[in-house]
Amino acid sequence: MHTLEIRDLFVALTDQPDKPIVKGLNLTIKAGEIHAIMGPNGTGKSTLSKAIAGHPGYAITGGDVLIDGKSILEMEPDERARAGIFLAFQYPSEIPGVSIANFLRAAVQARLAEGEELDATAYYKRLYGKMDMLKIDRKFTSRAVNDGFSGGEKKRCEILQMAMLEPTFALMDETDSGLDIDALRIVADGVNTMRGPKLGVLLITHYQRLLDYIVPDQVHVMYDGRIVKTGDKGLALELEAKGYDWVKKELAAV
Amino acid sequence: MADTEILGTDSAVENPAVGIDQSVGDFTYDVKYEFDAGSGLNEGTVRYISSVKKEAPWILDFRLKAYQTFLDKPMPTHWATKDLESIDFSKIRYYLSQGQKPKRTWDEVPDDIKKTFERLGIPEQERKFLAGVEAQFDSEAAYSNVKDIVAKQGVIFLTSSEALREHPELFRKWFGKVIPTSDNKFSALNSAVFSGGSFIYVPKGVKVAMPLQAYFRINAENFGQFERTLIIADEGAEVTYMEGCTAPKFSTSTLHSAVVELVALKGAKIQYITVQNWANNVFNLVTKRGLAMEDAEIKWIDCNIGSRLTMKYPGVILKGRRARGEVISIALANDGQHQDTGAKMIHAADETTSSIVAKSISVGQGRSTYRGQVHIPKHLKGCKNNTECDALLINSNSRTDTYPAITVRGDRHAVQHEASVSKVSEEMIFYMQQRGLTEAQAMSLAVNGFVNDLVSQFPMEYSVELKRLIDLEMEGSVG
Repeated sequence: MHTLEIRDLFVALTDQPDKPIVKGLNLTIKAGEIHAIMGPNGTGKSTLSKAIAGHPGYAITGGDVLIDGKSILEMEPDERARAGIFLAFQYPSEIPGVSIANFLRAAVQARLAEGEELDATAYYKRLYGKMDMLKIDRKFTSRAVNDGFSGGEKKRCEILQMAMLEPTFALMDETDSGLDIDALRIVADGVNTMRGPKLGVLLITHYQRLLDYIVPDQVHVMYDGRIVKTGDKGLALELEAKGYDWVKKELAAV
Repeated sequence: MADTEILGTDSAVENPAVGIDQSVGDFTYDVKYEFDAGSGLNEGTVRYISSVKKEAPWILDFRLKAYQTFLDKPMPTHWATKDLESIDFSKIRYYLSQGQKPKRTWDEVPDDIKKTFERLGIPEQERKFLAGVEAQFDSEAAYSNVKDIVAKQGVIFLTSSEALREHPELFRKWFGKVIPTSDNKFSALNSAVFSGGSFIYVPKGVKVAMPLQAYFRINAENFGQFERTLIIADEGAEVTYMEGCTAPKFSTSTLHSAVVELVALKGAKIQYITVQNWANNVFNLVTKRGLAMEDAEIKWIDCNIGSRLTMKYPGVILKGRRARGEVISIALANDGQHQDTGAKMIHAADETTSSIVAKSISVGQGRSTYRGQVHIPKHLKGCKNNTECDALLINSNSRTDTYPAITVRGDRHAVQHEASVSKVSEEMIFYMQQRGLTEAQAMSLAVNGFVNDLVSQFPMEYSVELKRLIDLEMEGSVG
């Protein structure tokens, strides 16, 4: 079974390395598990996911991230992706002129051994299979990636990419922010469809409502760059009822 | 032009020169030349070329006058780059060939030249999708052939030298009429020392279904290639001509200075497609222009990748009523390269329409310049022009400039101009890398996306080729 281990991690902005945002975070996710990280804004949730994916704007100043015991910190972002890390972006980039089908094709091709050519027929068969599974219209993949997409379409596009690339660990960065209930369902249905023993998920969210649709195995509360509380789904409901101030007060009391 | 299959067999090719890398055109074989005009240019060089070709006296006269014009004209550095001054005309070799008569079958082509074209994939493409091919090696075509089905329609497809001998009446009528010798210093140079290039005549009403292709290959160091092409589409005729160009990478500079004239008579259509992939030591200074008569249409598709400096502004003179002119230009300037490209549209009749879409990509320290000239005089009415130029910058030290000169007089015309500059953002590259693409693959995809709306209009074989060239360029551009 595959494991993603975040060990005493410190992260800062690349151009402000002495101001840590994530401050000694520990978390282990096994394939098959869904972990939710909740917390107030500005507490380092998005920073965590981008740093794991290798975003050049973030520097890891301490600790380690390991897949199956092997550090990934020396790897380029694309090597991390091919090693099984998928980041569902809060704000996915637009790629004008590149269709979703061609983009995914390039991403699938990048995972083949050197000199190995992608079988186009098999690729389209698999792509259409995944689209059917996610109830996505066939016309969708001829559109340029995220170009002029609505919020919901962007999420749909992220979910489709995730389904095609079959990551071992998916980091979902505030995937629910700014979504109406229908778009939220797209994300939730997608994740639930892919849920299984081969996939580990880290759901980063500000609100509890996503967890009504995707039931996590564990819920962590992140505050000031650290995980300060861990529990089951009940913790999310408690947070929803009492608000983040409750955590802050509890921390202050310690 | 080679497809990936050909690339894959690189290692199987015998005897490539030592120390070259594996990018497509960058290889050279030792070739023995029967005819060599030596280095440097003087009247003797011009006379040598003319005598080797056994030309009629009027052609020699034409050449000698052009040589004088070349000497008289200054370098256009008052507006163009000073880099032009790096060209040392005394070091260039102006004529190199194994013989003047192209072969009609590949079997007859000498082995050392044949293997070059085989490696570039030309005979294979000819079998697959072309109506005729001319393959020029340095100064002369080594091979030229047109499929029977096309020849039977009366289509003439010869090298310029052959056509001057066999069809002087057709040739002379339009030769130098679209682009006068004195148009610029390099058109004058070409007119003095031209050799090779294609002559095409498509008779009235004949529509050539498959494209005709020419491939221009520079093999020798310090060489100057000066092909001369003239294409005439008679009334109602239609033809597509494609050209590809490569040269090996030498440490010294090479000069390619062609003149291409197109004549589309009443209702005719000519489409001229270029995919150039010159090595980055080549000065590519080409004059291309078409003359479109009543209801005729001329379309230039011009893709410039590689070279040290390219200066090329394909143009259309819209001479007849309702004539249409179109230029689609794609230029990619990598480190150490300057693509100075654009288009000219000269409206000379009522209700003429022109369209220019230019997209340039600057990578690393690469520099791209768009120069456009649109001219609509006052006495005309109902003319239309649409100009669009978009630039994509890959790095913060890349450079792009746009000089659109649109002169419209009178108030009975419609003109539109749009320009944009965009940059590939770090965020976009990270997004693509996060999906598993390397940085180079990500940039390549961004560039291909940028030109996609234009490339999708190309014949399939050429869009595949262009994509592959962009991939190669971007691969080399990431550290």
